[in-house]
Amino acid sequence: MTVTASASEPRPPLQRWLLVWAVALAAVLVLFLLQSSLPWAVNYPAEAVVPVADWVSALMGWIKSNLSWLTRSITAVLGVPLDFALNLLAKNFKIGHGADTVVLPRLSWVGVCAAAFLAGHAVGGRKLSLLVGGCFLYIALFGQWTSAMLTLALISIAVPFCIVTGLFAGIWAWRKPWAERLVVSPALDLMQTIPTFAYLIPMLLLFGNSPVSAMIATAIFATPPMVRATMLGLSRVPSEVDDFSEMAGCTARQKLWRVLLPSARPTLMVGVNQVIMLALNMVIIASMIGAGGLGYDVLLALRALKVGEAMEAGLAIVALAIALDRLSQAIAHKQAKGHIHQAASRSLWRRYPNLTLAIAILAVTTLLGLFLPAFAAVPKAITFTTAPLWKAAVNWVTINFFDIIEAFRVALILNVLNPVRAFCEGFPWLGAVFLLGLAGYQLSGLRLAALVAALTAFCAITGLWEKTMATVYLCGISAFIACLIGIPIGLMAARSDRFEKIVTPIIDTLQVLPSFCFIIPVVMLFRVGDVTAMIATVAFAVVPAIRYTNHGIRQVPPALIEAAKVSGCTPRQTFFRVQLPLALPEIMLGVNQTILMALAMIIICAMVGTRDLGQEVFIALSKADSGRGIVAGLAIAFIGIVADRLFNAWTAKARARLG
Amino acid sequence: MLFRSYISKLLMSAVALATLSLLTPSARAAAPESNDPIKIALFDWTSVNLNAKILGGILEKLGYTVEYPTADYLSSLTTGLTNGDLDVGLEFWDTTAGEAMKASDATGQTERLGKLGPKAKEEWWFPEYMKAKCPTLPDWHALLDPTCAASFSTAETAPKGRYLGGPVTWEGFDDERIAALKLPFTVIHAGTDAAMFAELDSAYQRKAPIMLWIYSPHWAPAKYKGEWVQFPEYTPECYNDPKWGVNPDAKYDCGKPHGEIWKYSWNGMKDKWPIAYKVAKAYTIDTDELNKMSGEIDLDGKKPEDVAAAWIAAHEADWKAWAQ
Repeated sequence: MTVTASASEPRPPLQRWLLVWAVALAAVLVLFLLQSSLPWAVNYPAEAVVPVADWVSALMGWIKSNLSWLTRSITAVLGVPLDFALNLLAKNFKIGHGADTVVLPRLSWVGVCAAAFLAGHAVGGRKLSLLVGGCFLYIALFGQWTSAMLTLALISIAVPFCIVTGLFAGIWAWRKPWAERLVVSPALDLMQTIPTFAYLIPMLLLFGNSPVSAMIATAIFATPPMVRATMLGLSRVPSEVDDFSEMAGCTARQKLWRVLLPSARPTLMVGVNQVIMLALNMVIIASMIGAGGLGYDVLLALRALKVGEAMEAGLAIVALAIALDRLSQAIAHKQAKGHIHQAASRSLWRRYPNLTLAIAILAVTTLLGLFLPAFAAVPKAITFTTAPLWKAAVNWVTINFFDIIEAFRVALILNVLNPVRAFCEGFPWLGAVFLLGLAGYQLSGLRLAALVAALTAFCAITGLWEKTMATVYLCGISAFIACLIGIPIGLMAARSDRFEKIVTPIIDTLQVLPSFCFIIPVVMLFRVGDVTAMIATVAFAVVPAIRYTNHGIRQVPPALIEAAKVSGCTPRQTFFRVQLPLALPEIMLGVNQTILMALAMIIICAMVGTRDLGQEVFIALSKADSGRGIVAGLAIAFIGIVADRLFNAWTAKARARLG
Repeated sequence: MLFRSYISKLLMSAVALATLSLLTPSARAAAPESNDPIKIALFDWTSVNLNAKILGGILEKLGYTVEYPTADYLSSLTTGLTNGDLDVGLEFWDTTAGEAMKASDATGQTERLGKLGPKAKEEWWFPEYMKAKCPTLPDWHALLDPTCAASFSTAETAPKGRYLGGPVTWEGFDDERIAALKLPFTVIHAGTDAAMFAELDSAYQRKAPIMLWIYSPHWAPAKYKGEWVQFPEYTPECYNDPKWGVNPDAKYDCGKPHGEIWKYSWNGMKDKWPIAYKVAKAYTIDTDELNKMSGEIDLDGKKPEDVAAAWIAAHEADWKAWAQ
């Protein structure tokens, strides 16, 4: 605060704001000191808690008893393609019952690997084909085939479903600005910030304990980027294109489907890519409600403390993610370049050589599988495992370094974590509502102030204040440390291509590897509690800090750097006076994302014994209490939305000042 | 793509027709009541999944189709099992699922199929090497001694001992027990039992002090050498009546309840698959056998399906009798 005061030259409005803030902070301090006479202002009184959770539970009960015919028919309809995909890739088709069962085999693993190889070849040439084929071969050789194919089947049905729904929602929002403002935008915010665990119970009640529930849960989480990409893509289409289609006499429908959407294709493909990544992020959670697959393997291995096996299943998820990510990116690039219309050839083989070849290989190998078991399932003899290695490595670190780590942990917890936690948990709720509202007013105006104050008050009046503040404490500290580590790494990556090449695969892995895989080894070193939770959160949340910083610095126009050099700046000056200020909005966006990612980890952290909203969601889950879970989930979402809105307003202001 | 799916659909229906026509009267007599698959829930620990695979294997031999959906342990009692998304769940422990089972019974849509056989036990547990520090363990009075308690402490809890409790949702009144017995200990909750056993494994390798909550049947008591603390034996009065026990002013001045492990089914199962219902109701398993088989899976790396098949082969007479 003093720094800003001395840095800013005589500017009356700022000084007035400083005065306002000083008075406000003093008022909150008074509130805190008077807590014996005004206890209701510090801790929200238990008698006055608004039973939102009970209302939600009652509503869910009503929906369950009156609308389950609808939800169950949705399950049945979506179940048809999903079952087909599951049987085709992983489970075999079983027809008939009992002893009369006839089994039609699933696709042979040899064939699927070959198809992956050909797909890579078709869209990206030799390098991509080796990468994609290699990823699938890796999965097969590490003995993860069946589980990986269960996951792939779920993804292959869920992703098109998300894309289609996302596309239509995006078009609707783009056409009707009121719908965007009132319905789509708030819905997207909630879908992205409410943790999935919070609505697992309603999912189970409405859609049953089946892969379909898992698919719908995945869709809720993974669709928003597609909606956003559609809205963005459509609004970015140059108005000339729009006008031209008008002049050419297109109907509204033709204009949309033949002109606007194809023009927006590159942006749409970015959305598709994000949908795939987020869907893969969901696999562990989906496995808890009937999906099975790789996520379930991770869960089961960790329950039996098989660290190595869990790590292998986790890395198989990473391999699948890399294969699908690179494939979809290559398709996006290929289409962005545009393709020349070839003369339509009559034979299928000429037109789609790779596709026909892939189908032929699949058919042949699958048929061979009927006679040669080696084609039907990956033979055990050729699989291998690195599980003992992982376990041995963890054990070695545990035995040799535990004492040093323990000293570090104790120092951290006693000197940093516990005081911050005590401060947060003792913070008066009325004071927080007031201060955040004031910040909203200063940054944007009355509307933001009202929103922020209302969302903060919600956390208090539902009786979750202490747990909310415990969440804020853990997320805040983790996000702070993640930025402290991530921004310098991002800066270094921006200045050296070689360093960037090393960092990129690491952060890709950190983002897709289920946090579950490394949280248990961390427990072995740091015990259960806040330090472990913090480390896992930092490992996950550091990714956007690195990525956005790197991107921000790199996208500074070379002309400006050139200009700085010409005017005689040293490299140091160029960096601090030109590149850094210009990249600041992008870096701030990264910080914002870091906070949201840290918040997303809160649920996972509850698995190592934190006492915050994540724990509340878990308790609700095990008691099958849909209301309690959703309210706690909403509180988590509101923390995210408040942080996001304030941050965005601040960045917008900073951007306006920079010009 | 479309073409391929069309062909396979055609093929499927052809095969289905062929099988239908092949059904002989005798096969029909042996065929089960409903052709829908019976869904046996898998949870996330070994023994329950082994039991599911054994019961499922038996039912498959009797001609049923069986599916194994994965589900969440406690909430399945009031969600999946109440509406037939899940038909059978095989291990609901008195010690951890007591309240959830009460809630499930209250819905009237599930049925308690009886006891699985093994007894659930849960209690404070310590590794054997801790006896060097507290020679009078496993008797609980040893923990009252401040030096013994301090040997279990860490920097945050010192001078009190540190007790690592299970997940809050599996609450066993440990804070109340510590207060009632005046034990110089602090409870630290692990969020999941996976995290808890990770700490145990780490401590055991370093021969470091640890006191934690363990339950059985589980692989941990088989893998690590140690003992349960002997608290005053649990009785229902101890949890309800303050006057009972060493502390006349407090409840919970005793050990944790032992209990049964229950099988549950969706209550429509009885009419839909009467014979399968009879088998599921009659199914029991021996404690030692279950521990041994769990160990074969967790410690020797065998597949649950293979271990289950071995049990089914060895007990053919038993399960054939259940189906009569």
